[in-house]
Amino acid sequence: MTYIYYPGCSLEGSAVEYDGATRALMAELEVQLVDIKDWNCCGATAAESMSQLLSFVLPARNIALAEKIKEGGDILVPCSACYLNLQKVMKERLVDEKLSNQIDEALAVEDLRINGNRKVRHLLDVLAHDIGAARISERAVNPLKELKIAPYYGCQCLRPYAGFDDPEDPVTMTPLIEACGATVFPWNSAASCCGASGMNTKREVAGELVKNILLDARGADAIVTVCPMCQMNLEGFQKAVARGTHEDLSITVIYLPQLIGLAMGMSTEAMMMDKNLAVATSFIDAL
Amino acid sequence: MITTTHIKELLNTCMQCGTCTASCPNAFAMDMPPRKLWRLVLMDRTEDIFNSTTFSLCSTCYYCTLRCPRGLPLTRIMSLLKEQAFKAKTPGYKKGTAFYGSFMESVRRHGRVRETEFMTLYFMAMKNPLLPFEFAGIGLKLMRKNKVAIQFPSGPDDSNLDRLFKKVKEIEDLKEAGNAQEQYE
Repeated sequence: MTYIYYPGCSLEGSAVEYDGATRALMAELEVQLVDIKDWNCCGATAAESMSQLLSFVLPARNIALAEKIKEGGDILVPCSACYLNLQKVMKERLVDEKLSNQIDEALAVEDLRINGNRKVRHLLDVLAHDIGAARISERAVNPLKELKIAPYYGCQCLRPYAGFDDPEDPVTMTPLIEACGATVFPWNSAASCCGASGMNTKREVAGELVKNILLDARGADAIVTVCPMCQMNLEGFQKAVARGTHEDLSITVIYLPQLIGLAMGMSTEAMMMDKNLAVATSFIDAL
Repeated sequence: MITTTHIKELLNTCMQCGTCTASCPNAFAMDMPPRKLWRLVLMDRTEDIFNSTTFSLCSTCYYCTLRCPRGLPLTRIMSLLKEQAFKAKTPGYKKGTAFYGSFMESVRRHGRVRETEFMTLYFMAMKNPLLPFEFAGIGLKLMRKNKVAIQFPSGPDDSNLDRLFKKVKEIEDLKEAGNAQEQYE
């Protein structure tokens, strides 16, 4: 199995462990990742707030670069915001001819163009459907029996396009967590919004969303995420949002490939567990 | 100049049911619910739209888009309003303009966003000496983990996207000129 790998900016900085764990896990599962040389930012939610066309052209450049790579395979994206932006180009260019022409016109200054012959896939989709829970279960030499895991999907890997999971009541993580030997923690916040960049510009509002998610997660041993923005919002502000609640909202928050890697007996070093901002000692001890 | 004509077209079939408002995780903090905002767009009440904080509070969760019984692209409409506020530099959207503008400036210079450069540019644009303290907690956490380092803004390098940014601007300016011509005729 081969995929063209698009990490996105966060995975080079604040989410470096998401990149490290994804690469290590994929290597362990004998999946080949081919890097896109000279990839650029997908625009996040910043580009569309500044220029609609730019918000299509930036991700389009990455798709065009990926198409030029000789090896076959879908484009694998671990970040949900990057995933949606790349997906947006693939979907909208087919229904909006004017937009499609404008994207082509802009890309032409770099001698690039899109054919649309590669699929854009989220890491969760690939883990759940290409690799599958059965294969992970076979390899789970270190079942995480004692742990209750709250699966957190957030928004942009689920909505707005009909994709690989139910956009209101997602389930793809369930068999993966069970394959790790852990129990799925039942909760209502799996597909809630983490507040996204509001944690930077409107913290008094976004903080409420983070607080409600953390309140709902009480009783779980860890939250598992598939997006660097969700991860940062849920792990980085636990004390701040707990103020006034009289509750201890501290909880371990890790990325899905880290959980799977640990269950497969990979080391905490390989999963870069020292990079996460909220990992309880009791969680590491329970491994 | 602010225009909402292209946004109004997208909202033509809105029947004011309010499913968007009921689905919005940020509605509790908005000075008017999303449903009312659509109505103001349909009524060309430009001043009221951009005096409101509603569109700036959209966190792009796409629940309204998913559930709208008319299938309207409501999240996209929020971003179209942000785009207008950004271009017109409306005072109520100063933080958004500075934040997204700084982010994209880092992307233009290096092809990828450099997280600390972007934040430094943001602090500089906001000209508020107290603002960095809001980020001291998370910043220190990230530095302790060696995930970010203090990074002074630097000029464009070999990976810059200048040509692409310029071309996009050129296409948009042409389009805008075309639209203005159409309205005149």
